[in-house]
Amino acid sequence: MLKITDLVKSYGSGAPVLKNLDLTIEGESVVSIIGSSGAGKSTLLRCINRLVEPTSGSIVLNGTELTALRGRQLRAARRKIGMVFQGFNLVDRLTVMENVQSGRLGYISTWAAIMRRYPKEDIRRAYELMERVGIAQYANTRADQLSGGERQRVGVVRALMQDPEILLADEPTASLDPKTSEQIMGLLRDLAGELKLPVLINIHNVTEAKEYTDRIVGMRFGRIIFDDLPSALDEEAMERIYSGSPHADRGGDLREAS
Amino acid sequence: MTSISQQFGREDWSRHTPKEKARRFGIFALCALAVFWALGSIEIIWAWVWDSPSQMADLFGRMYPLDTSNLGSILRVLWETVNIATFATALAVIVSLPVAYIAAQNTTPNRGTLWLGRLILVSSRSVNTIIWALLFVAIFGPGIVAGVVAIMFRSIGFIGKLLGEAIEEIDTRPVEALEATGASRFKVIVYAIVPQVMPTFWAVAILRWDINLRESTVLGLVGAGGIGIILQGAIDTFNWPEAATVLLAILALVVLGEIVSAFLRRRIL
Amino acid sequence: MSQHPDTWRKPPFIANPLLRWAVYLGALAYFGWVAATMPIDWARVAQGIERAGRIFGGAFPPSFERSGLLIDGFLESLKIAILATVGGVALSIPIAFMAARNVAPLPVFYFGRAIIIIARSFHPVIVAIIFVKAVGFGPFAGVLTLVVYSIGFVAKMLAERIEEIDFGQVEAMRAAGAPYLSTLVYAIFPQIMPRQIGLTIYQLDSNLRASAVVGIVGAGGIGATLANAFGRYDYDFALAITIVIVGVILVSEAISGQIRKRIA
Repeated sequence: MLKITDLVKSYGSGAPVLKNLDLTIEGESVVSIIGSSGAGKSTLLRCINRLVEPTSGSIVLNGTELTALRGRQLRAARRKIGMVFQGFNLVDRLTVMENVQSGRLGYISTWAAIMRRYPKEDIRRAYELMERVGIAQYANTRADQLSGGERQRVGVVRALMQDPEILLADEPTASLDPKTSEQIMGLLRDLAGELKLPVLINIHNVTEAKEYTDRIVGMRFGRIIFDDLPSALDEEAMERIYSGSPHADRGGDLREAS
Repeated sequence: MTSISQQFGREDWSRHTPKEKARRFGIFALCALAVFWALGSIEIIWAWVWDSPSQMADLFGRMYPLDTSNLGSILRVLWETVNIATFATALAVIVSLPVAYIAAQNTTPNRGTLWLGRLILVSSRSVNTIIWALLFVAIFGPGIVAGVVAIMFRSIGFIGKLLGEAIEEIDTRPVEALEATGASRFKVIVYAIVPQVMPTFWAVAILRWDINLRESTVLGLVGAGGIGIILQGAIDTFNWPEAATVLLAILALVVLGEIVSAFLRRRIL
Repeated sequence: MSQHPDTWRKPPFIANPLLRWAVYLGALAYFGWVAATMPIDWARVAQGIERAGRIFGGAFPPSFERSGLLIDGFLESLKIAILATVGGVALSIPIAFMAARNVAPLPVFYFGRAIIIIARSFHPVIVAIIFVKAVGFGPFAGVLTLVVYSIGFVAKMLAERIEEIDFGQVEAMRAAGAPYLSTLVYAIFPQIMPRQIGLTIYQLDSNLRASAVVGIVGAGGIGATLANAFGRYDYDFALAITIVIVGVILVSEAISGQIRKRIA
């Protein structure tokens, strides 16, 4: 269970990006966060694994308070939080296997990491997951040789290799074409079910959010102003979330590349 | 029917506005002035200048025919020259890794180490190999050890600077991704930074080896080993035929070095 | 229980195992051999460090007493660098055209390339020694040396630029019936001018650097002043000169970088 209470993030002396935000995610639900650019979606996600340092508030994952952790404890907590990125964030010049195994870096010894001597069970797990998402044949291929959809699959497998207790996905489909992006969303939903894993997805595409997720959280100006089932997201709710932001993407036909 | 010049009311055209013209003229005048100042005040005996073509012809005339009687020892020392360059480059590459790491803004532990790194790079780069060699000949005595250390000291700055810049230009997104997996700082370096810097690393090492091959040919002039000693000896004793052989040997060595480094560059990168 | 493999090896950089091990072992043996045969005489080193201590002891504090000599040396270096740059660049332009495959006939091309290779292959110090013997000590030998040095760099870079030019513009001029020289002025010069100016400024900077070195073997400038100070055991003056050389190099590098950024 992930429980966020009274979370505030401000940069310098400006207006806070996140304003006293509360959010609880239970069980193995797939939750999407929608909102226009600058609403604070990405900041919220990055506060959870502390890539962004929260200003105040509390984030508790399965009984561990994350905001106070330092050094080794923080790294141990991060292992339990998988993350998938918009730009895939793979190491281009390494093979797919090395990229996938880099999800285990928090677990294996430094020597094993340098020499690429991965534990047998990690390698078997990697092949299982790679086959599950359909990239097993690329184990020895360099990451920069793959297509966008394949690269994102590597990113997903890397996150799953961490054996996470929650999966965060920051605009996982925004750099992909519509068809591939549907595939990745379907994959995230199915994997969440198979692995009994809660998934939190930032997404621009409301159609996809409605189709692939169990619950939609709408953010505006650093606050949560909508939190309900996809079926409850009507025109009026959309208007509240996106009003005054002409570039917001309200459907699958209008795609923002950011 | 009106002609174009009547339509536009002007028949002259000039590429530059008067202001541009004045600026260009000013820069040109400044350059000319600098050249005249240099020509007018430099302490040159002009008689020697007019005499120089015949002097040069005379010198090159005396180089012929080549004297290859010493070719065996020339080649041996040439091999020693290659060893100096190669070994010193290898050492410099190893030493410059940590220096580049602390001299790059995004990896250096703190401001103190950043300035330490930059200080090392600047002092290494600003002092020429020959001057380093003078110093190390005083410490290690004449011989190739002084040469190796001198070339190494000069190369650290060169390699470290280019490598540090490469580290500063890496894509930070994989670094963020690996930090998010809970990997330690060192593992993040090994997996996210090292692979990205690798191509630059090899390119810089090969480039510096090529340069060092040239530099190691003159170390001997200050007693720091290599082919320069034989060249100096031949020139000092006016043994021009042998000097010419040495010069040709150096030419062959450098051209061969360029071929080898072009080959390595193609294979590795 | 699973049909999935549980071993994985990173594909090696060199696929052929025989060649791979040969390269690894060869490199190891080579560096081991060079390190083992390195004639380090530790007693000599101990002595040498003492001597280095004396040199540094004598060098501190640096003495700027004879700053007149220092300034004269620098002005001479500057004059050498200016004249060598002007001469070197002037000669580089025709040589670069000779050495550009797309504008020069083959025999001329080989001749041009040969000039560049020879100019590049010899370290300026070697060139300086030869010129000092041929035309005597002093700045003239320095100017000649750096002219050769400039040709090696400027002509090479310029030739590469000429080889990259857009030939469509040349064809357009020819199609308009322009004579050879006009084609040169209108179709080729505008394409290489920016590079040429950048190279010239860069070369002035690197000639100033190099003039500090070639002076050591008698080719004039601040290097000669430095060598004299060293020879007379005036280590404090030598240190002062070195400090000023480093300072001037840093300043001139910054200035030339700024100008090149401005015009690029």
